[in-house]
Amino acid sequence: MINIGEVIETNEMVEQENLDVRTITLGISLLDCIDPDLSTLKKKIFEKITRVAKDLAKTGEEIEQEFAIPIVNKRIAVTPIALVGGSACKTPEDFASIADILDEAAKAVGVNLIGGYSALVSKGMTKADELLIRSIPMALTRTERVCSSVNLASTKTGINMDGVRLMGEILLEVAERSKDRDSVDCMKLVVFCNAPDDNPFMAGAFHGVTEADAVINVGVSGPGVVKTALEKVRGESFEVLCETIKKTAFKVTRVGQLVAKEASRMLQIPFGIIDLSLAPTPAVGDSVADILCEIGLEYAGAPGTTAALALLNDQVKKGGVMASSYVGGLSGAFIPVSEDQGMIDSVSAGAITLEKLEAMTCVCSVGLDMIAIPGDTKATTISGIIADEMALGMVNQKTTAARLIPVIGKGVGDTVEFGGLFGYAPIMPVNQFSCDDFINRRGRIPAPIHSFKN
Amino acid sequence: MEKAGKTIITVVGKDTVGIIARVCTYLAENKINILDISQTIVQGYFNMMMIADMAGATKPFGDCVRELEELGGEIGVSIKCQKEEIFQKMHRI
Repeated sequence: MINIGEVIETNEMVEQENLDVRTITLGISLLDCIDPDLSTLKKKIFEKITRVAKDLAKTGEEIEQEFAIPIVNKRIAVTPIALVGGSACKTPEDFASIADILDEAAKAVGVNLIGGYSALVSKGMTKADELLIRSIPMALTRTERVCSSVNLASTKTGINMDGVRLMGEILLEVAERSKDRDSVDCMKLVVFCNAPDDNPFMAGAFHGVTEADAVINVGVSGPGVVKTALEKVRGESFEVLCETIKKTAFKVTRVGQLVAKEASRMLQIPFGIIDLSLAPTPAVGDSVADILCEIGLEYAGAPGTTAALALLNDQVKKGGVMASSYVGGLSGAFIPVSEDQGMIDSVSAGAITLEKLEAMTCVCSVGLDMIAIPGDTKATTISGIIADEMALGMVNQKTTAARLIPVIGKGVGDTVEFGGLFGYAPIMPVNQFSCDDFINRRGRIPAPIHSFKN
Repeated sequence: MEKAGKTIITVVGKDTVGIIARVCTYLAENKINILDISQTIVQGYFNMMMIADMAGATKPFGDCVRELEELGGEIGVSIKCQKEEIFQKMHRI
C-alpha cells in the first residue's frame, strides 16, 4: 500500500518543484476534409476539429482535478495544411484563409494553440508547399493561436537549400509584420530537420500523415523535480548522478503516462506517445540551465556544458523509456533561451553564445529555440544559421530545429518581452561575416552517406 | 462524473484541535469509508494521509474535492483529495 512518505514526495513535486503535464495534444487528421472547393474545405475543417476536440479542454480539467496535477496546455495538431489545402488553394491568401479557420476552431474548443500550418519540403517544394510558405507571414499576423512549421531537411533526403533560403526571407517578413510587438509572431514559427510526426510541443506540432485519424500525445515536464533531486547528491560520483536523474525521469514520465491513458479513455481516442521532454518555463525553479549548474557548472555555457547536457538528455531518456508504453515526439531536454530563467541569466552574464547553443543542440532534443537576434540580421545570415542547424540534424540522424526571433528595431544589449510562458530574452549577437554566396546557390544538399542503409 | 474508488486524502497544516474529527465527520456524512490513516510531522507541519474508499460516496468525486478544500479553508489547513493511481503509478513498477 502507498505510504505517507510517497504521498508527500509526489505532492511536493507538484507544489514546490513545478511538476506538471505540459501539454495534452490532440492530433487530428484533416486528410478526409480535402476538397477542391475552398469554402467547402474550410467548412469541413472547422466541423471536424470542433467535433473531435469538443471535450478536450473539459477532459483536461477533469483529469487535473482527479489527480491534483496541473495540465498546463491543451492543444491541437492537424495534418500539414500544405497537403490539405493543395487542391483548393491557388494563392497565399487562400491558404491564409485556412489559418483563419484553424484559429476560429481553436477558439471554439478552448485550446490555446493549434499547430500544423505546415509544409514538409525536405527534398523539394510543390506549388502548394511554396504558396503555404509564402502565406506564413500573412497567416501568423492575422491569427492568434495558429502555429506554423516547415520541415526543411532530413537524414534520408538531405537539405532543401531553396527552402532554407526562402525561410530566411519569410522569417524576416514575419518579424517585420509584428515589429510593433517586438516581432513576437516569430515565436509561432519553427523550421525542422527530421521533424517527428507525433510531436506534442508547439510551435512544431503537426499531425503526420503516418498517424491515425485522431491520437492523444502527451508532453511531460519537470526540470524543477530533477534539479531538486540533484541537490541531494552534490559531490557524488557520475554513477550516483545518473541514477538519480534516471529515477526522477521515471517518476515524472509515469505521471504523463497516467494522464495520457486517462485522457485517451475519457475521450475515446487512441493514446499515441509520451514525449519525454524536460521543458522549462521562466518560473523560478523550472529551468534546464539550473540543472546544468547543479551538475557542476557556474553557468550554462561554461566549458563542460555540452557533456553535462548529453548526460542529462541520455539519462532522462533511459529513465523515461521504461515508464511509458510508447515514447516518441522530441523526447529530450529543451534548451530555449527566453523560456528558461537560468538560460537568460547565462546570456546576460555573457556565459553563452549562439555558437555554444548550436553545439549543445547536437546532444539535446531540439535546437536553437526562442533566441532573439538583432532585427537588422540579413536574410542570408538567418538562412546560414538555419542551414547549420539542419546539417547537425541531418548528419547526426536526429531532430533539430530553429526558432529564431529577429527583433526589428532592436539590437544587442536590448531585451525583448514575450509574455507569460514565453518569457523574455536579451538579444544575442550574430556572427557578422557573410554567407551570401553559399546561400544564394540553387538546389539542395544531397543526403549524407550514412543514410544509405538499404 | 463517475464515482471514484480508492482515494488518498492528505491534510497538511499547523496542528490544531479537531482536524481529524472534522474531516472524518465530513467523510462519514458522505458515506466515504476510511481504510487507513497515518500521520507524521514534516518541518513542523502536521501531515495526515487517509486512504479512503469512495465507491459508496453519495456525491461525485469533483464535489468531494471542492468541499474538502473548503473545509480545509475553514480549519486553516490544506486538504487534497486525489485518486490513488497517481501515487501507484509513480512509486510502483
